[in-house]
Amino acid sequence: MDVFMLQLFNGVSVSSILLLIALGLAITFGLMNVINMAHGELIMIGAYAAYVTQNLFRNYAPASVFDSYFIAAIPVSFLVAFLFGLLLETVLIRFMYGRPLDSLLATWGVGLVLQQLARSIFGAPNVGVTSPKWLDGGMTVASGVVLPYKRLFIIGLVIVCLLAMYVYIYRSNAGRRMRAVMQNREMAACLGISTRRVDAVTFAIGSGIAGIAGCALTLLGPIGPSIGTYYIVDAFMVVVLGGVGKLVGTVFGALGIGLTNTLFEFWTTASLGKVLVFLCIVAFLQWRPKGFVAMRTRSLD
Amino acid sequence: MGRTEKKPVRLMLLVFAVILALAGCGKANEPAAGTTETGGEKAAEESASSGDAGGEIKVGVLHSLSGTMAISEVSVKDAELMAIDEINAKGGVLGKKLVPVVEDGASDWPTFAEKARKLLSEDKVATVFGGWTSSSRKAMLPVFEELKGLLWYPVQYEGLETSPYIFYTGATTNQQIVPAVSWLLENRGKKFYLLGSDYVFPRTANKIIKEQLKAEGGEMAGEEYTPLGHTDYSTIISKIKAAKPDVVFNTLNGDSNVAFFKQLKDAGITSKDLTTLSVSVAEEEIRGIGTDVLAGHLAAWNYFETTDTAANKTFLDNYKKKYGADRVTADPIEAGYTAVYLWAAAVEKAGSTDVEKVKEAAKELEWDAPEGKVKIDGATQHLYKTARIGEVQSDGQFKELWNSGEALKPDPYLKSYPWAASLSSGS
Repeated sequence: MDVFMLQLFNGVSVSSILLLIALGLAITFGLMNVINMAHGELIMIGAYAAYVTQNLFRNYAPASVFDSYFIAAIPVSFLVAFLFGLLLETVLIRFMYGRPLDSLLATWGVGLVLQQLARSIFGAPNVGVTSPKWLDGGMTVASGVVLPYKRLFIIGLVIVCLLAMYVYIYRSNAGRRMRAVMQNREMAACLGISTRRVDAVTFAIGSGIAGIAGCALTLLGPIGPSIGTYYIVDAFMVVVLGGVGKLVGTVFGALGIGLTNTLFEFWTTASLGKVLVFLCIVAFLQWRPKGFVAMRTRSLD
Repeated sequence: MGRTEKKPVRLMLLVFAVILALAGCGKANEPAAGTTETGGEKAAEESASSGDAGGEIKVGVLHSLSGTMAISEVSVKDAELMAIDEINAKGGVLGKKLVPVVEDGASDWPTFAEKARKLLSEDKVATVFGGWTSSSRKAMLPVFEELKGLLWYPVQYEGLETSPYIFYTGATTNQQIVPAVSWLLENRGKKFYLLGSDYVFPRTANKIIKEQLKAEGGEMAGEEYTPLGHTDYSTIISKIKAAKPDVVFNTLNGDSNVAFFKQLKDAGITSKDLTTLSVSVAEEEIRGIGTDVLAGHLAAWNYFETTDTAANKTFLDNYKKKYGADRVTADPIEAGYTAVYLWAAAVEKAGSTDVEKVKEAAKELEWDAPEGKVKIDGATQHLYKTARIGEVQSDGQFKELWNSGEALKPDPYLKSYPWAASLSSGS
């Protein structure tokens, strides 16, 4: 029973991490149809932004407030990745709309450049990010079942991001304009929407969320120039499985992959578990090529 | 979609700019593909004079300077370069200056083989220092045997191998893993959980450990492998919890260790609840993982930064002076440094950089290494080394808990252990 509870929690926790890294991609790939191979590097930028924030706090702030650095790191990571996304969109991505293969190659190149840049600035070895004290340890639910605070925090963070995105896309004027542009660009332009600006802001928001994901990942694993490459495939899997173009599909995709992955890993081994997940995804996409939630639109293709 | 056709020229320019930027980042002087074919014969013919023309001797340094292994290998490269500098400062080898040619294996085994070939046939280096993972060594081995080059491999490994063209300056299993398992059985408990990265070193090491456990009264609680670069250990940690082992024998490599130990701590398991012993976590890795996460856990090596010898004091001082006071040394760093000195001594003794002459001169060569006296075993080209077990302290340094007292004779095929009889025949 303990093990079952723990595994269920692990499944939800892995799902939440998958969801966080895929949320930004759900916007840039799902909504804008840009195959952004540099998404992983935007995650990396967020992670390094958290690392820099930590160092600034350590060097310049009084020791008593050091533990609150992580709260500051989240908006900093978002902002840095947001600005990077904005820059990327204006100098590169805007030439690539509607040309998914070109965007794949170009952004892949950008990803390599960014990795090399990180290696030059921060060095090739991993850097240590000290987690704040208040996230150490875990909540003991029953004897032997400890839920790490870091994972609970990440689940909370994902829920906040998801809500914020929902409100932005479906309840705000900016979101309404964004959906209009995604659904029918020409018509939206005719109605006086500056599609250029909407494109740029949308892409930058997707990038910013990748930055938040990177900030959260500093709690769990290594921070190095190649951190993005560990997660980029998973992120695409989530979006494709969930159904391109739908936020709710991304949530289902992340939950599906996260839960089945932990289940398989528990029954078999880590390597075999991953293979089985891949096979399940392939089988599922044979059955429903458009993923869990298909977009209903007349203007698609 | 009309907007996308407008500016093909600008797009082309951009793509070109990206390609140029990429080419700039990589090595511009890659070898041309066709030149390697004849390289083999040439290298063999000219090996007597290879690399030492014009008052200089070129030596290769080949490590992962990028990718998942960079966390470990960059400092080994630094130590090798330092040894080369030191030797140059003392007048070089045979009165000639050593010129290092540094290449990046990029944590990718085929790249290691390719760069090794490049170093031997293009740069005509006299010897190569390099490699970390067994996969990279296994990939380079045929290249060195084909081109009759010399490789100095500085990392502990799973044994069951000898090559006439490789000198192994790290430990083989009977100098690290086998004594560590015996020590754990005596001091920490019988139930072992084996956790490793999914490639040749952990799998072979665990095969050996399983035989040893059978022979010495141990018990298996489980065995798990994760891909290199794996970062989610929550499920494996619950498996470990359920299996209730006395000891986790950790053969994870690279930065998976960061994720594993961070998550182990968060799951509420400390070194007080569970003994973990790692064979690929040294001072350098502790920096990346965090001392607060690792304190109290164990590691088995032949050298610690805290090892108390006169040679280590000098080595440590020079290393920190050169690379900064916050840098640490570790076992493979020391072994890489030792390798350069051993090669240089063999060349002096042979009076030539010719591979065969150097090999002959290297037999039974002794040197006062930072870890203590080491000697090259002529039969296997491995070193006699002292086995040590240390506990991570809160300052990131090891406290030595045990050592073997003398330098152990290398036994890569474990011929002196009856229980290992089935291992060497199998692979």
